[in-house]
Amino acid sequence: MLNLTATELLQKQAAGDLTAETIALAYLQRLRETEPRVQAFLTVDDADVLAQAKAIDARRRRGEPLGRLAGVPVALKDVLCVKGQRTTCGSKILRNFVPPYDAHVVTQLRAADAVLIGKTNCDEFAMGSSTENSAYQITHNPWGHERTPGGSSGGSAAAVAAGQAPLSLGTDTGGSIRQPASFCGIVGLKPTYGRVSRFGLVAYGSSLDQIGPFAHDTRDAALLLEVIAGHDPRDSTCVNQTVPEYTRMLDQKLAPLTIGVANEYFGEGLDPEIEQFVRDALKVYERLGATIKPIALPHSPYSIATYYLVATAEASGNLARYDGVHFGHRAETFTGLIDMMKKSRGEGFGTEVKRRIMLGTYALSSGYIDAYYLKALKVRRLIRQDFDRAFADCDVIVGPTSPTAAFKIGEKVSDPLAMYLSDIYTISANLAGIPGISVPCGFTKAGLPIGLQILAAPFAEEKMLRVAHMYERETAWHTRRAGV
Amino acid sequence: MSHRIIIGLEVHVQLLTKTKLFCGCSTQFGLPPNSATCPVCCGMPGTLPVMNRQAFRLSIEAAVALNCTIAPFTKWDRKNYFYPDLPKNYQISQYDLPFSSNGSLEIETSAGSRTIGIIRAHLEEDAGKMLHDENAGRNDSLVDLNRTGTPLLEIVSQPEMETAEEAKAYLEAIRLLLREIGVSDCEMQEGSLRCDANVNLHVAQPDGSFVATPIIEVKNLNTIRGVERALNYEVDRQAAELERNLESGYWQIDTSRPGKFRDYNIVPIAERRADGTLRPVSKATAGWDERIGRTEVQRRKEEASDYRYFPEPDLVPVTVDETLLAQIRQELGELPAAQNARLQSQYGLTAYDAGVLSRQGRAFVAYFEIVANRCGDAKEACNWIINDLLSTLNERKLDIKLCPLPAESLGDLIREIKAIGLNKQRAREVYADMIDTGESVKQVIDRKGFKPVTDDNQLLELVRKAIAANSKAVADFKKGKTKAADAIKGFVMRETKGMANTETVQRLLLEELAKV
Repeated sequence: MLNLTATELLQKQAAGDLTAETIALAYLQRLRETEPRVQAFLTVDDADVLAQAKAIDARRRRGEPLGRLAGVPVALKDVLCVKGQRTTCGSKILRNFVPPYDAHVVTQLRAADAVLIGKTNCDEFAMGSSTENSAYQITHNPWGHERTPGGSSGGSAAAVAAGQAPLSLGTDTGGSIRQPASFCGIVGLKPTYGRVSRFGLVAYGSSLDQIGPFAHDTRDAALLLEVIAGHDPRDSTCVNQTVPEYTRMLDQKLAPLTIGVANEYFGEGLDPEIEQFVRDALKVYERLGATIKPIALPHSPYSIATYYLVATAEASGNLARYDGVHFGHRAETFTGLIDMMKKSRGEGFGTEVKRRIMLGTYALSSGYIDAYYLKALKVRRLIRQDFDRAFADCDVIVGPTSPTAAFKIGEKVSDPLAMYLSDIYTISANLAGIPGISVPCGFTKAGLPIGLQILAAPFAEEKMLRVAHMYERETAWHTRRAGV
Repeated sequence: MSHRIIIGLEVHVQLLTKTKLFCGCSTQFGLPPNSATCPVCCGMPGTLPVMNRQAFRLSIEAAVALNCTIAPFTKWDRKNYFYPDLPKNYQISQYDLPFSSNGSLEIETSAGSRTIGIIRAHLEEDAGKMLHDENAGRNDSLVDLNRTGTPLLEIVSQPEMETAEEAKAYLEAIRLLLREIGVSDCEMQEGSLRCDANVNLHVAQPDGSFVATPIIEVKNLNTIRGVERALNYEVDRQAAELERNLESGYWQIDTSRPGKFRDYNIVPIAERRADGTLRPVSKATAGWDERIGRTEVQRRKEEASDYRYFPEPDLVPVTVDETLLAQIRQELGELPAAQNARLQSQYGLTAYDAGVLSRQGRAFVAYFEIVANRCGDAKEACNWIINDLLSTLNERKLDIKLCPLPAESLGDLIREIKAIGLNKQRAREVYADMIDTGESVKQVIDRKGFKPVTDDNQLLELVRKAIAANSKAVADFKKGKTKAADAIKGFVMRETKGMANTETVQRLLLEELAKV
């Protein structure tokens, strides 16, 4: 059962072969067995999970209409607020924070009768590429215990890869869904900025953050996206645009199909093994009749620098509220208000968060803002223009998700710049606001998954998913399961 | 040394919306602490602001009324600073692209009317309130977040006011304007109108240039009268401070940094440090202590605070189209300055009278216009309204909308007074009676039997009778005591129960006295 996709779990429940309760029990069991090695979850409330599942079974027995994810367990990255449930953001500063509201995506999941199985580990405030920046635990890659699952949504990716949940949600500010999906051999999708409401997502870089699905295949990812996408008046940046039925169109091949390939995504630093699998994937598309077209993204070399100015500037504001006054950690001993704020923040935040707050504060400071933050905004526009130009000539852009497969735990913690480079291919999509997906496209000799990234124009998720699905139908990489 | 006073005001007004700027909480004043709060205005993790469209509309109405240019595109910015009454530790405000700029406001002082420029008006969220509980040996600081997120309109004037009286007039004009158009109730006591005043002096030098004293921002101004008093105090204080510090050598005129203000040259002052070097004296803030009537200068800051403004990523920019602006312009109606001018041109009122009427607001002016049109004598209507009606309303603490005497009735009264030549004393009796009984002027006059004596022969007879009965007064009059005639006239008035036409009596009396 644990190898089934969400789509199959739905079919089996409809056919009467499985109940939400049996599904929940099986996943909870798997979770208990694997969690000591994976450590993907920060909070799991077994009784609550079973109660949700039983309620759905009861409604099914009464013949009531059920939602699109009825009885399917979904894990949530711990930056998504769940009413009445601890939401830590992987930070000590929110160790005991219990939000009195659900994130919009959680409301949507509840309305779809999904079973919320638990909250997953992540880099503190989603700042990181390996989930090692969590204040609580190190999550291990199900494909290699000594490897990171990527990050920052490493817990959500590892949970699906380890069979602890068939679906999960992560957030992607610079690649935090796509990179862990590639590291964990699953599908991860970052929607267009504004496609999914950010209400109840604890902000890191507000103009970059998007919530998106992790799944074993594109159909499941499409299904979960359909459930969470759409307008929410509580998020002013959430666009009021009809959500297409991604799953309905999924099987239709895109023809003609022009795939853009950017030289900039095959440069120095790309592991040759990864490059080979990505080039093989392009051949699959060619066989399917696609035209491969070289394109240029001339400003992509500046994407990491731009990102670390824009995201950190916004973060310096977003994280200012954690001061020990109204919520979150407050230092036990202090003398006066300023000291209380300093100590609370000093004790509550980890090293990487402090580094980014300082970087962002500096980039916005008088005398530096023109050279840093404001210049970064200009480069950001140029990066967006690169993509606009590219998508005039091609349907999607295909390349590697990450320059390497999952790296070792501890390998890059002392070298932040090396860690930042892990997001070199994913970051520009956030700056441009465009959607991207990572799908499994092979395994290294060491047995580690490799991800293929497909980028599309704003709100072209439907096209992007169809292109991803074309590849998936020709290959079996996505059917491999990690043997935790 | 003669000096020019330079005053600029920053005014904050709370907008009359039912709910806050970025969430649905109530803006009602005086609710129990922290009862009008929600996760959004408490800045809880994951919450997002959503702009209150009504607040934005009210702000545009205010800016249009202040003759501002409305930007077709405006955005929000975060102003970053740490303070416990600001739960997000940033304030959502507007920085480089405010929704309006470049306006003006006409003010009236004893010296006449002037136009004061307005640099900009922008919208922002209010902070909460800190309460310091020092009871029973406790030293707690409490925060009330009810006010957090209340929409605030910040209006920044040009530094164009030259007297404290002008600053007071500016505030009164803003208050009248915003109340009239229903944008804010502008209650300084409740904090819905707040003011910070920037003031300094340009002191004339023999060479024709001016020495500029360091700018002081006066805070804690809780009444309009307080603004006037604080500025007058501060002007004297700065003049004395300059003289004292120049004399002692602690301050020096810094000719190395000359500047320009309007059409003349200014030079700043510098202070002498212990090591003998000079450094510029920076702007400082001062608190006004209403009780002792003094400003207290706080520590001068070495450099301006760095608020690290940047565009608010949680809100989308706002565009304003011409259709909306046209609609707002149409719905705003006649504003106080225009009304004032019209009262003078249409009704021939003096600037003073027109000013008194328009300061009372639109409803009051409308009342006047009904009375004036009904009685056909605008000047008389204005006198009655300013002298009698206004005191009636003040005594009874009534708004013009609850006026006990309909405008039509007052118009009828004034017309009738003229028609029958009723004297002022009797007219006031009728006026009071009409208010008490609600009867028409005719009914009251009939009931009171105020039938005017208009027959000259009858009056002549009474005048002669009066002369006969007041020989002493007649004698005095003949000795040159013209006032003595009043006593004789009083006799006639008593005889006619005050219903004789005073002018006729006066004429007849003088004629008869001449014959004596």
